[in-house]
Amino acid sequence: MEIKREDILHLASLSNFSLSEDEVTSLGKDLQDIIKYISQLDKLNTDEIEPTYQVFEMENVWREDEILPQDASREELLGLAQEEKEHQIKVPKVL
Amino acid sequence: MMKIANKKVSAERLVRDALEKAKHFSDYNIFTFLNEEGALKKAREIDEKIKRGEEVGRLAGVPYALKDNFLSLEGESTASAHILEGFTSPITATAVKKLEDEGAIMIGRTNMDAFAHGSSTENSYFGPTLNAFDKERVAGGSSGGSAVAVALDIVEFATGTDTGGSIRQPASFNGVYGLKPTYGCISRYGVVAMASSTDCVGFFTKTPEDMDLLMSITAGRDPKDMTTLPDYYNADTDTGSDDSRLVPARPSSRGSGTHSAPVVADGRESSDFRARVGVIKDFDNTSVNAEIRDALKSKIEFLKSRGHEIIELDMPSLKYALSVYYIIVPAEVASNLSRYDGVRYGLRSKDSSNLDKLYENTRSEGFMPENKRRIMIGNFVLSSGFYDAYFLKAAKARTLIVEEYAKAFSDCDFILSPVSPSPAFKLGEKVNDPVAMYLEDVMSVSLNLAGVPGLTIPVGKTKDGLPIGLQIVGPRRSDKRLIEFSKELRDE
Repeated sequence: MEIKREDILHLASLSNFSLSEDEVTSLGKDLQDIIKYISQLDKLNTDEIEPTYQVFEMENVWREDEILPQDASREELLGLAQEEKEHQIKVPKVL
Repeated sequence: MMKIANKKVSAERLVRDALEKAKHFSDYNIFTFLNEEGALKKAREIDEKIKRGEEVGRLAGVPYALKDNFLSLEGESTASAHILEGFTSPITATAVKKLEDEGAIMIGRTNMDAFAHGSSTENSYFGPTLNAFDKERVAGGSSGGSAVAVALDIVEFATGTDTGGSIRQPASFNGVYGLKPTYGCISRYGVVAMASSTDCVGFFTKTPEDMDLLMSITAGRDPKDMTTLPDYYNADTDTGSDDSRLVPARPSSRGSGTHSAPVVADGRESSDFRARVGVIKDFDNTSVNAEIRDALKSKIEFLKSRGHEIIELDMPSLKYALSVYYIIVPAEVASNLSRYDGVRYGLRSKDSSNLDKLYENTRSEGFMPENKRRIMIGNFVLSSGFYDAYFLKAAKARTLIVEEYAKAFSDCDFILSPVSPSPAFKLGEKVNDPVAMYLEDVMSVSLNLAGVPGLTIPVGKTKDGLPIGLQIVGPRRSDKRLIEFSKELRDE
C-alpha cells in the first residue's frame, strides 16, 4: 500500500507528536519501506491459527489485596515533576 | 570474578582501577554517567566489612556497568533518551538490588540506543559508542555500551536488556559472552519497558562461569513483577514448561556423574553429555557473511569430533520472524512509550499554551527519529482497518514460530546459529536506512518471539580482526544447560 502525506500526519497525531516538514518527508519514506518489508507476511498462510500475544507460561497470578510498603514516597514521586503545587503536579490549562 | 573473596586485593583498588580504565577509554563513549563517589564509598564499606571479618556477598567489590535503562538511585536513569533527561529514580530495579546485595559495585551507566530502539547504539541521545576492536565501527546495540565496557576489560560484567537481540548482537560484535535468558527468568521491575511480551534482562561476561554466577543470583520470582517465573535456575528442575503449547524443555539428558566419560577420536576425554545440536538448513545462507558461515561450519565439525550429533532442522516460518517482530514490537512500543508526556517526570517542553500542546511539544522534542518511527509503525499496525492485516496476522504467525521451536526441541537439545548476518559494520553505514538496520536482527528476534533463551559465545575473529559470535539456543528454562554447553564450545 502507498503511504500518503495525510497518512503520516494522521499517524503523528495518533502518536501525540508533531513533525517538521523534513521529518514528514524522511519518515514517510522510511514507513513506506518498513511497511513494504513487513507486508511479506501476506505470503504466509495463517488460516485456522490462533494468535499468540504473550509467551509467559502462566495464565493468571493472584495475590492478597493488601497494601505493602512502597519503594518511593509521595514526596519523592511528586518531586520528579517539573512543577508541583500543594502536593499536586501543576500543568498548563486544559483548554 | 572472585578476586575479593581471597582478599588479595581491596575493593577500593578494584573500583579505582575500573574508574581509571573507564576514563582512559572515554573516547569510546561507553558511559552516560560515572559513579565515582558512590562506587568508592561502597568499596570502602566492603573493605571495612572484610577487615572486621564480616560475611560479604558473592560479588563483593566486583565492579560492574549498568545499562542506562535500569533504574537505580545513582545518576540519571535516562535509557539514553532526551525525554528522560533529568530523571533521577527514587526506586532501584530488582535485578540491580540483587546484584548489589551480593556486593557488586556499579561504576557507571552505559550508553544504548534510546529506549533500546536500535542495533548499533547510534540512536542514543548521547551519540554512538565505538566498537572495542575498531573505532570506525559500531558497538552493536542496543546494549552497545555494556558490551564494550566488558570487552575493554573495564568491568567484570555488565547488565543488558534483550528485546530482539540487544544483548546477543553487541556481545558478538565485541567478542564477549551475552545471554538472553528465558522470558520471565529475571525480574524487569525497574527496567524501562520497550516491548513487554519480549523484553528480557540479561548479562555480558567474559566467561560462562561468571554468567552462571550472575544467573544464580538474579533468577527467580519477584512479587513486584508478575511476569517472573519461579526460580527454576537454582532449583535444578530442568523439566520444562507447564504449558504444553509453549516450547517444552526436554528432560535433562545430562549424566549424573563423571563416570562413563567416553574417549573420542582425538584421544581427549569428552564430557559424558552427548548433545543433539540442531542447525537450521533453510536460512538464507547467502545473506550471511562468508567468514561467519565458516566459523559455524568449523564449530559443527568440532562438535562432531567430540561425539555430538548434528541434526538438520527445517524451520520454514523463521524467515517471517523479522516481519512479525517489526509489527508486534512497535505495537507494544507505541503503547509503552505513551507514558512519556512531560507531566510526571523527565523532560517538559517549555511555554506550551495548553495541556495537549505540552504532550505534543514534549514528545516532538524528546524522542529520537527511531523512537518516532517505531511509535508510528505501532500505531499504524494497530489502527482500525489495518489491525487484522498486520497485528492479528503477526500474532498468528508468532504461534507458528513458537510451534516450530517446540518441534525443533523435540528433535534436538540446542540450536547453533549465527547471531547476525555480518560482523560489526561501519558507523553511519545503516543508520539512515531503517530496513537495512532491522535486517541486522534477522537471526536474533525469533527467540524473543518464542520466549526461548540464547547465549552468544565468542568463536574467533575475521581476517580483519573483528570478533565473530555464534548463538546457542535452547528450549525454555534450559538456561543453565546452555551455559554449561557453551564451555564445550570454548576455544581451546
